[in-house]
Amino acid sequence: MELSDSKEIGAPPEEVWAALLSAEVLQASVPGCKELEGSPEDGFHATVVQKVGPVKATFKGEVTLDDMVAPESLRISGAGKGGAAGFAKGGANVRLEPSEAGTTLHYDVEAKVGGKLAQLGSRIIDGFAKKMAEEFFENFKAQIEGPAPDDEEASEEEEAPKKKGWIKKLVS
Amino acid sequence: MPKDGGIGASSKRREDVRFLTGKGRYTDDINVNGQAYAYFLRSDVAHGKINSVDTSAASAMEGVVGILTGADFEGVGGLPCGWQVTDRHGQPMQEPAHPVLAQGKVRHVGDPIAMVVAESLEQARSAAEAIELDIEELPAVMDMKAALADGATKVHDDLTSNLCYDWGFVEENREAVDEAIKGAHHVTTLELVNNRLVANPMEPRVAVGDYNAATDDSTLYTTSQNPHVIRLLMGAFVLGIPEHKLRVIAPDVGGGFGSKIYHYAEEAACTFAAKQLGRPVKWTSSRSEAFMSDAHGRDHVTKIELAMDAEGNFLAIRTDTHANMGAYLSTFAPSIPTWLHGTLMAGNYKTPLIYVNVKAVFTNTVPVDAYRGAGRPEATFQLERVIDKAAREMGIDPVELRRKNFITEFPYATPVAVEYDTGDYHATMDKLEEIIDRPGFAARRAESEANGKLRGLGINCYIEACGIAPSNLVGQLGARAGLYESATVRVNATGGVVVMTGSHSHGQGHETSFPQVIADMIGIDESQVEIVHGDTANAPMGMGTYGSRSIAVGGSAMVRAAEKVINKAKKIAAHLMEASEGDIELKDGQFTVAGTDKSVAWGDVTLAAYVPHNYPLEEIEPGLEETAFYDPANFTYPAGAYACEVEVDPETGKVEIQSFAATDDFGNIINPMIVDGQVHGGLAQGIGQALLENCAYDENGQLLSGSYMDYAMPRADDVPFYQVDHSCQTPCTHNPLGVKGCGEAGAIGSPPSVVNAVVDALQSAGHDVTHIDMPLTPARVWSAMNGG
Repeated sequence: MELSDSKEIGAPPEEVWAALLSAEVLQASVPGCKELEGSPEDGFHATVVQKVGPVKATFKGEVTLDDMVAPESLRISGAGKGGAAGFAKGGANVRLEPSEAGTTLHYDVEAKVGGKLAQLGSRIIDGFAKKMAEEFFENFKAQIEGPAPDDEEASEEEEAPKKKGWIKKLVS
Repeated sequence: MPKDGGIGASSKRREDVRFLTGKGRYTDDINVNGQAYAYFLRSDVAHGKINSVDTSAASAMEGVVGILTGADFEGVGGLPCGWQVTDRHGQPMQEPAHPVLAQGKVRHVGDPIAMVVAESLEQARSAAEAIELDIEELPAVMDMKAALADGATKVHDDLTSNLCYDWGFVEENREAVDEAIKGAHHVTTLELVNNRLVANPMEPRVAVGDYNAATDDSTLYTTSQNPHVIRLLMGAFVLGIPEHKLRVIAPDVGGGFGSKIYHYAEEAACTFAAKQLGRPVKWTSSRSEAFMSDAHGRDHVTKIELAMDAEGNFLAIRTDTHANMGAYLSTFAPSIPTWLHGTLMAGNYKTPLIYVNVKAVFTNTVPVDAYRGAGRPEATFQLERVIDKAAREMGIDPVELRRKNFITEFPYATPVAVEYDTGDYHATMDKLEEIIDRPGFAARRAESEANGKLRGLGINCYIEACGIAPSNLVGQLGARAGLYESATVRVNATGGVVVMTGSHSHGQGHETSFPQVIADMIGIDESQVEIVHGDTANAPMGMGTYGSRSIAVGGSAMVRAAEKVINKAKKIAAHLMEASEGDIELKDGQFTVAGTDKSVAWGDVTLAAYVPHNYPLEEIEPGLEETAFYDPANFTYPAGAYACEVEVDPETGKVEIQSFAATDDFGNIINPMIVDGQVHGGLAQGIGQALLENCAYDENGQLLSGSYMDYAMPRADDVPFYQVDHSCQTPCTHNPLGVKGCGEAGAIGSPPSVVNAVVDALQSAGHDVTHIDMPLTPARVWSAMNGG
């Protein structure tokens, strides 16, 4: 399955680029990510819990960043094994363009699944991958921009301190 | 007037009492003292190089008894292929090794890599997850035509290509067929796909291996259609166990449809592990495993050309088929697209020239082998579809075009090497036209149209070949086995009869129909006859049940053995009545002396055989038990005509079957009710193929239809109440019962009826649709109507 989309992010390309290389941001952005360790140079080690249709699994795998042209483009790839559930792997080619709002982030995503995930979940994989990609870039945008002041969803998480944007946390 | 017993009676299936009340004894019901449980770790990639399989952490886990990998099987043989096809150029097919557990490479999703044996299934499964696999994924070979291109990735590195064989039949006809097609008045061409199917018997496969160290005997309990064949293949070719030290038991088996003919890796692995680990080992397939490890069926891509003269007489047929073998050669896989397909391309028609080309191809998919019909459905589908298209192109009624070309004189030698012994194709077509009220179709179509639906009628014929034989012929064709059947008829002292047959019943009702024959021959009640099958320790060497062979071959062996028994009993009766043996007659369980009122009962004779006080011991042995092996002179050729009426919703493309009629000539019939049931089941599977079922892979070799969420089996509301008729009977000329076999006809004859009907419905609304590939899902039909 393949899909392409773009997001407007209210920060200059340099800031967006730095966020893409941050383990902390990536962990907060990957839906269901429980652990993510490593560095852009050596790659990241990740644990992700996800439910695809009837199959719930803990995926352990690697996330690597390649073809890095700062602050313009890179490729994020990941491959995870979910034990008896099979495997998932995919990648995104990301391109950053300056825009009025700050940066336009273009992404082309492709995803593959195998084993039980393919056998049981093939009908829903496309929708699932699209949702995963959208959530990732939505989370990523929120990490940089911080939640919108009138974001009702964010206010539901009262127990957590009001989240600051990643950059704001860095500078505060 | 229906009979109340014996041949021709609709005796109720005695086995159903235990099946329907949960008292059957299936392989999974068998638990051997001290057994451990096996779980197979299977490949989740379609094609990959195995760099390492690290079982060290898994082996240390709680409850693990042992873990076997491909390396443990290096000293034993691979799974053998039972049929060697010779290609167009006289060369043997390419035959890859088929290790019990993967060695070096994995070649399809589901290919077993390791076998974990533990105290419980849960422990085995957990340990399997702890096995560390390093498998380097390779490009998957999926498309058959691309697989044959130069430089294509190879499924088997040690073969020269992905081509198993390029078979031409009859090769000597090739040029003459080309010439005839070139010079013909009209040639109709059709390209089609015969969709890949998964057999889906209700009971998944199970294997229990047991080893007795004290006696050095191995026992395998398995879900098999042919336990003797498994004993021979596994014992002689894989594990090196002589047959007298290996017992194979296939108890109640819940459906097979071909998929339980073959010798599977799990059978060998459980038998091997039981000895290695010193524990009985049980494996029960999950439904998910069944989808990726049971042999699949069909999967042909075909181009067929039919050449005709101006009057519609068939002049020549040329076909070009790619047949998917999957990743390895399953037990009988090479024979399906060749000898069970090419030989049936004449159908019911006197086409003088036929040439069939089949390229069998290896791909990174589950192996493909016989599935109910096995080659004959593929032949019937393409032939009956192209005739329907030809009728439309020639402006001839499709039934008239068929009748014009029917074979009417028998025996008839086809140009594809078989000789039909008997048949009457006009009779079954006459009967069909009568029971479907063909003249009333126009009114039914008008009524459907008034309801906003498109109605179509599809009619076709089929012929098939059952009871593949004789052994010396199939040996020349490449079979590495004989195709006889055996039976022992044991008469007990008090007159009851036990028949030990090499045939195997897994739904066919042998326990009811076989006794009907014996009851008729002797004149005793059916309840006095018992059938024993499915255990190599009890039944004589038999070849099992597939290809609709049981009554034609196994039943004939039983008749031969019973004749021997009766001949001996007559000698004893002659002695008891002090008469000449030639004057003895047996009727209604009484021996009589012709022309006298002397008689002696069956039970008196059987008692004398075992208590031989007044007995001609100097002339005949005591006892009353005989064995016969029967090797048929020819195939049998059931044939018939089928009709399907459908309604298509023009808004959604949904097809609903309104009626389905089948007129079959099965020769003589032992139990009409069982025959009806066999036809019903076959029709459900044929309709399933036509409308619903499809085994789908993605381009990476991932199995997409791996469960009933995505693989659509026919349900009760997908099929109509069938009209089934088998009153047209031309008895087989070469077996003692005059029977032909009925197990597969429904699945062979019905897919073209459904597709012909849908095309007819769309044509009636002015859609220029000449073909839609199965399954005819609403999406496919809608797309066809809307120019897709």
